[in-house]
Amino acid sequence: MLRALFITFALGLAVTNNSAHAQVLKVAGPWEVTGIDPAQTGYVFSRLQVAETLVTADPEGKLIPALAERWSVSEDALTWRFTLRDKARFHDGTPVTAQTAAASLKRALSGVGVLSQAPVAEIVSEGRDVVIRLEKPFSALPAYLVHFSTIILAPSSFDASGKVRQIVGSGPYKVTSLTPPAKLELKDSGTWWGGKPGIAEVSYLAVGQGETRALMAESGETDLVFSMLPVSVDRLKENPGLDVKIATIPRTRILKVNAASVFFDDIEERQALSYAIDRVGITKVILRNPELAATQIFPPALKGWYASDLPPLSRDVARAKELLAEAGWTPGSDGVLEQDGKRFSVTLLTYSSWPELPPIATALQAQLREVGIEIKVSVGNSSEIPARHGDGTLEIGLVSRLYSIVPDPVGTLLQDYGPGGSDWGAMGWDNQEIQGLVAKLAVTTNPAERAPLQRRAVEILQQELPSIPVTWSELAIVSSKRITGVQVDPLEVNYGLAAIRWAK
Amino acid sequence: MRNFLVARLMQAGIVAMVVGALCFLLMRVLPGDAAMRIAAGRYGPDARIAEAADKVRLELGLDRPVLLQFLEWLGGLLRLDLGHSLVTGAPVVDELQVQLGASVWLAASALLISLLIGPVIGVFSGMKPGGITDRTGLAGAVVFRAIPPFVLGLILMFILSKQLGWLPPAGFGSPREIVLPALTLALGLAAMSSRVTRNSVAAVARTPYFAFARHKGLPEAIVVRRHGIRNAAIPVVSYLGLQAVYLVEGVVVVESLFAYPGIGHALVHAIVERDIPMVQGTALVMGLMFVAIAALVDAISLWLDPRFGRAA
Repeated sequence: MLRALFITFALGLAVTNNSAHAQVLKVAGPWEVTGIDPAQTGYVFSRLQVAETLVTADPEGKLIPALAERWSVSEDALTWRFTLRDKARFHDGTPVTAQTAAASLKRALSGVGVLSQAPVAEIVSEGRDVVIRLEKPFSALPAYLVHFSTIILAPSSFDASGKVRQIVGSGPYKVTSLTPPAKLELKDSGTWWGGKPGIAEVSYLAVGQGETRALMAESGETDLVFSMLPVSVDRLKENPGLDVKIATIPRTRILKVNAASVFFDDIEERQALSYAIDRVGITKVILRNPELAATQIFPPALKGWYASDLPPLSRDVARAKELLAEAGWTPGSDGVLEQDGKRFSVTLLTYSSWPELPPIATALQAQLREVGIEIKVSVGNSSEIPARHGDGTLEIGLVSRLYSIVPDPVGTLLQDYGPGGSDWGAMGWDNQEIQGLVAKLAVTTNPAERAPLQRRAVEILQQELPSIPVTWSELAIVSSKRITGVQVDPLEVNYGLAAIRWAK
Repeated sequence: MRNFLVARLMQAGIVAMVVGALCFLLMRVLPGDAAMRIAAGRYGPDARIAEAADKVRLELGLDRPVLLQFLEWLGGLLRLDLGHSLVTGAPVVDELQVQLGASVWLAASALLISLLIGPVIGVFSGMKPGGITDRTGLAGAVVFRAIPPFVLGLILMFILSKQLGWLPPAGFGSPREIVLPALTLALGLAAMSSRVTRNSVAAVARTPYFAFARHKGLPEAIVVRRHGIRNAAIPVVSYLGLQAVYLVEGVVVVESLFAYPGIGHALVHAIVERDIPMVQGTALVMGLMFVAIAALVDAISLWLDPRFGRAA
């Protein structure tokens, strides 16, 4: 009797085990596959480990080898040499050669990805090495090669005209079917240099609505869901079948102000704006986490870029009013400030690609009204901010800015606070000192030499406020207890699916 | 019959021209720089959009004369070539195949489910106007037509996926996944078609021929089947054609909610991203679908009531 029971139990276990191994890891996230050119949606293929870059970054942002086993730079800092792994193969069975890698990088260089912003003179292959020659020293180059637009694809990915027709990468998973824009099915490629992935099949579904994503996790239909809305997180945390993991990501919601306009040309005006903002209130109510109140531009998680000894940006309505008075603004009959007959009434432009931006904009509208600044909120398309930056008509914009486009924030700072500012950075604000600092950072590799430069740059941004930090961001990932080994990558380079296993 | 087909084909041709031209014009009139929008659609909001837009403008020749661009599209249409999507770079035809296919499945499933619910309730309500079925049916119709599809969808997801765990809340590709979005649309459709059926059945039930069938002693089921359904079906079938409009409107919202890659979802994205060939292609196909549906409704009505044909 007992033996029969045991056998039944063992058989039952075996059956469940088998079915578990045949199962597909179901993943859902907000990103749609709109076009498969690496510059467009390379991040989907990089995060899901279909394609790889030469260099990658660990969750702390440290650069580690990916397709390139090691790299070095010449004495004059102008020639970089990336040595490829011997064992790396593409999904079509062909080896990853320096030649194919160089071809992918050249393509990235001529496109709109980040590599085109590095001072690259030429990219060639020499034996197992990809050699990149620069016009001037640029220490952040390896960090640029982490960017998804520089993924290395097999020659069979391209058609005769050089357009990407399919993604043939070198990662642990290969694409078995792609139904743009929503569905991507992956399978163990069997050719990865890093070994076999823990779960052989993955199915990715793009789900734009945050509420739907939460319900997918709760219904147990999906094992791993990325990017949860703050409102869902508390509810999901209480679910005994789910694990919620949260990481602060180097993305800051900032007010981009036109420092050339009469409203924001004085430091006092920008500081007053900052004092008028109730960051804790906004983060508590809209983001459900008061710790996301941005007391400076970079979050503490961005090591070396957060200066804990700087006075934090905080709310002080009285001080804000004082500063505005110093700048020459006096309250008019309806409480809105005036100067030489001009009302302090500006249009705040934002966009809905990030669902939290419009509610934050309306909260800011109410808070700034308290110090006599009238704000009209206009929600448009994300391209309107760069368009209005370009023609100089932007007054103030609420944007969500990512500082880890390349793992080294210098990459973003070079763009945002360089001469003339940029789409998502400064406008009408030129600061020679910060430009010098960033230029120096771009050629300095030694962390000890970099630290004081980074600190000074943060200090300038904190004092001058060319953009006013409002909140930091976090990434919430929900996984079912059926799986283990889930990691949150704050840089969102690679979600490490290959390391995930079915829970025993 | 031949005249009928020729007329419909001509109608389809005119629809294609008008829809194509209107889309082209409207997309041009919309405020904002098209190259910027396309660049944002392609490279996402973190990219250097202004710089990307310059490359896009050059690549797509957006600064060429508007008339030339329109004539090119028209020439392509005559060769049955709808062009390439400006955002994804894929041929519009390929994208439509996936998305239209998905939407047709969804719409057909929704229509089928709604036919199983709406007209059945309608017949029972219409047979006894003012009865309990009629009143419950009215209440149900008001509720389900008043709830916007995205709220109804969330409620269904919450009950059927989260609480009961019967159906996946989103996705596509298998019959299980189509049930929820189809049901969301079907309940809205059934709300209206049940009332139309009810009125039409009630009207038929009041006619002398219906009373005569009863008086001559036919069993109730035969009376309804032989004399009721066909007569009552004529307004219902015409109304189903109109419901295609509701379907298109509902499909846009429902597809986004259920992460269903249909034509409505595609159209919204294409408009936001100024993907003119996609907008034209999608609108064209939708316009032609309306013509086809109208033709089908006419044909069915003709079959149901041959008097129309004789009169014409």
